[in-house]
Amino acid sequence: MSHLFDPLLVSVLLLNLFVLGASRLRSVIGASALQGVALGLLTVAAHDHITFTVTLVALIAIGLKGVLIPKLLYKAMRDVAIVRDVEPLIGLIPSLAIGAVGTGASVIFARTLPVADSYHASLALVLPSSFATVLTGCLVLVTRRKAITQVVGYLILENGIFIMGLGLIEATTFLVEIGVLLDLFVAIFVMGIIINHVRREFETTDAAELSSLKE
Amino acid sequence: MIWCLAALGVLFASAIAALILRTHLYATLGALLAALLALPAAFAVLAGAHFADVVVPWGQPLGEIRLGLDPLSAFFAIPLLALGATCAAYGAAYLRSRCVPAALFNVLAGAMLLVLLARDGIVFLVAWELMTLASYGLVTFDHAQPEVRRAGWVYLVASHLGVACILSAFLLLGDSTLSFADFARHGTPVAATLAVIGFGVKAGVVPLHVWLPEAHAAAPSHVSALMSAVLIKLGIYGLLRTISFVPAFPWGPVLLALGSAGALVGIALAFYQRDIKRALAYSTVENAGIVLIGLGLGMWGAAHGRPAIAALGLAGGLLHVWNHAVVKCLLFLAAGGLVHGAGTRDLEQMGGLGARMPRLARMLVLGGVAIAALPPLGAFASEWLIYVGLLHGNTQPLLFVVAALATAGAMAALCFVRVIGIALLGHPRSRAAADAHEPGRGLVGPAVVLAALAIAMPFAAPLAVRAIAPVAAQLGADLDVAAVDEALAPALILSGAVWLGGILAFLAIRRVVRRRRAAETWGCGYTAPSPRMQYTAASFAEGLHRLLPRALRAKVEAAPPAELFPSPARLAVDRRDPFTRAAYEPLLDRLARRFSQLRWVQQGLLHIYILYVVIAVVLGLVIVTLRDGWAS
Repeated sequence: MSHLFDPLLVSVLLLNLFVLGASRLRSVIGASALQGVALGLLTVAAHDHITFTVTLVALIAIGLKGVLIPKLLYKAMRDVAIVRDVEPLIGLIPSLAIGAVGTGASVIFARTLPVADSYHASLALVLPSSFATVLTGCLVLVTRRKAITQVVGYLILENGIFIMGLGLIEATTFLVEIGVLLDLFVAIFVMGIIINHVRREFETTDAAELSSLKE
Repeated sequence: MIWCLAALGVLFASAIAALILRTHLYATLGALLAALLALPAAFAVLAGAHFADVVVPWGQPLGEIRLGLDPLSAFFAIPLLALGATCAAYGAAYLRSRCVPAALFNVLAGAMLLVLLARDGIVFLVAWELMTLASYGLVTFDHAQPEVRRAGWVYLVASHLGVACILSAFLLLGDSTLSFADFARHGTPVAATLAVIGFGVKAGVVPLHVWLPEAHAAAPSHVSALMSAVLIKLGIYGLLRTISFVPAFPWGPVLLALGSAGALVGIALAFYQRDIKRALAYSTVENAGIVLIGLGLGMWGAAHGRPAIAALGLAGGLLHVWNHAVVKCLLFLAAGGLVHGAGTRDLEQMGGLGARMPRLARMLVLGGVAIAALPPLGAFASEWLIYVGLLHGNTQPLLFVVAALATAGAMAALCFVRVIGIALLGHPRSRAAADAHEPGRGLVGPAVVLAALAIAMPFAAPLAVRAIAPVAAQLGADLDVAAVDEALAPALILSGAVWLGGILAFLAIRRVVRRRRAAETWGCGYTAPSPRMQYTAASFAEGLHRLLPRALRAKVEAAPPAELFPSPARLAVDRRDPFTRAAYEPLLDRLARRFSQLRWVQQGLLHIYILYVVIAVVLGLVIVTLRDGWAS
C-alpha cells in the first residue's frame, strides 16, 4: 500500500468531474486516457509486494486505457470530423452538479455494503470512488449526443468496475482481470468501426437521431 | 440409464446432423434408433429393475444435474419413444425432403425425454421450455397461413403462462436448490394449486385447453399425433410428480372435478367441429379428462382408506394414458392421410372417402371404435376399470362422475359416428374429395402398426396393470394386482366375445353377400340425386348441438328468407372455442388496451433506455442504503 494510493483515487474522481464539465471532444478523450493511466498506477499502488501479475495487469491497463483506446478514439474523431459535443441533453453545469451529488451519495452508499469487510481496511475510498465513476459513466452515456462521447462514457463506466476489482486483485484470478480488459478493448474497437459506418450511411453520429427504428 | 442418455444424445445429434446435411433421413433414423436404445431400459424399470441416477456436478447455485429413470418416468417414456418413432416414420413420408421439421421433431422428442428424466427443477424447466419451443416451431410449420400463425401465437402465450405458474410452484417448493428430492418437504396447497394450473395448461384441462384445438389443427398430422399422444400426457406426468411432492392436498376431489368437466366439455365441443383435426383435438381434451377422473378416483380411494378403489382408479387412469396415446396417434395419422388425399381438413368438403381410400378408412373406423371405448378395443378396458371403481365407491359425488363419464362416452360414440360417416360414407362433397386417392405405403404403414397395437392393447391389459403397480406405489397407493385382474376379467371376456361374434358375423354376411348381385341403391324414385342432398356435418350435429348449454354452443347468426319468394338469406357460424370467445378474448383485449397507454415509455431513444437502467440501479442502491440505515 503506497501513500500515493488515495491521491491517485482523488485524481480519478476529479477527472470524472472534468469529463462531465468539458465540451471539447479532445479534452474529454484526453481525460479518459489520463484516468486510464491513473488506474494502472493505482493497481501498483494498491499492493505492498509488486508481483508479476500486478505488473502485467497494470501495464496492460495503461497500454489499453491510456494509449491504445484513446488513439482509436482520436482517429475516429478525425474521421468523423467532430470537435465538440454541442447541446448535450442535460447542460454541462447541471450534469457537473449531478456528478458531484452522485459522488457524495456513493460515499454514503458504500458504507452500507456488506462486502466492505473483504477489502483491506485502508482501501476505504475504493468502493465510493468506484460507484462514483460508474455513475459518471452512466451520466455521460445518458446525457451526451455524439456517439464518440458515449463510447467515452462506456469507457469510464468500465473504469469504475476496474476500480472495484482493485482491492480484489488477489482474490479474483488473473485470467478474469485480463478477460475484462480484453472485452473492453474489443467493445471499443467494434464501436469505433460502427461509428464510422454509421456516419458514412447516415451523415450523422448524433445518437438522438437514431430513433427511426422505434415501434 | 446409460441407454436413456444414449437415446437422448442420438435424438439431439441426429437433429443437428439432419440440419447440417440438409436431409430428413438422419433425423428419422435417429428417432428409430433412440426408441430401440431406450425402450428396453424403460420396460426393465417397469419390470422392477432399478437404475442409479446419473449425477453431474454443476455450478454453485444450482448444485448438480441429476437425471433418473423411475417407474413414473418410464411409464410415460414408453409411449413417447414408441410413438415418437412411429410418427417420425410417418413424418418422413408426410413432409418429404423437409429437414427442418424432421430436426425439430427430434428436438421435441429429445426435450420430452429430458423432461421425464429430469430430477431437479432447473433441468426440468429448461427441457419443458425447449419442448414448447420445438413444438411451436412444428405447429407453425405452415406459417404462410394467417390462422396457423395465430394458432402458434395462442399456443406460445398459453404455454408461457403455464410455465410461469410451474416456475412459481417450483420456487415455492424448493429452498436452496430446486432438486426434486427437497420438494416433498415444502409441500403447500398454494404450490399445488399453481402446479395444477401450470401443468393443466399442457394437459388440456378445461378451461385452460383453448390452445389445444388451434395448435393441433394447425400442426402437420404426425406432430398433432405426437402432441396429442405424448405432449398432453406430460402435463399429466407433471401433475403426478406434484402429487408425490404434495401428498397432503385434496387431490381426489380436485382431479375428479377437473376430469369430469374436461370429459363433458371436451366431447361436447368435439361434436360440432367442422375441422376433422379440431374434432380429434377436442376429443383429446375429453380423454385427458377421463385420465384425470381415473387418477382422481385413485387419490380419493387412497385418502379414504379404500385400497381396492384406489387400485382400480389408478390402474384405469394410467392404462388410459397408454390406450389413448396409441389410439389418438392412430386417429391423427389416419386423419392426416384423409387430409392429404382430400386436400382439406373441412368435413363438409369430404365424403365418399371410404371407397377411395379403403385401407385408411379401415384404420379410421378402428380408431373411432377404440376412442369411443367400445368393447373389443383399447380404451374400453381402461374405462371399464374406472367405471367399476366409481361404482364401488358408491357415494353421491362419485355417482355424478359416473353420469358425466357415461354422457361423455355416449357423445364420443356419436361424435365419431359423425366424423366417420361424414368423411368416409356417402358421396364426395367436393371435387378434391372425388379425386382423392389412397396415400402411399409410408402414410398407411405406421397407422397399420398402431392399429395392430390398438387391437392387442386390451389383451395386454393384465400385463400393463403389472407394469402400473410400481408407478402406483410411487404415488403412495398399494396396487392390488389380483383385485384389478378380477375387475378386468369381464372386460376381457366381453372383448373376446365381441371379436369372436364379429368375425363369425362377418363371415356369415360375406357368404350371403357373395350370393347376391350388387345393384344400385334405390333412390326412392328420385332421378337426379346430388351430393348436396346428403346429411352435412352441420346438419348431423344439429340435434345434439341444440341440446348443449348455450355457453358451449357455436354462435349462430342466421337471417333466413322471410317472404314467400326467395330473398337474400344469411347464415354465419362462429366456431371459435366458446371459452376463447366469451372469456379470453374480451379479457385480453381489455388488458391490451390498458397496457397500450404505457406506450410513451418506448421513446426509441438510446439515451432514454440507458437512463431507465441508471434510474433502476440508482433506485436499488438508494433503497438498500435507506433500509440498512433504518436497520442500524
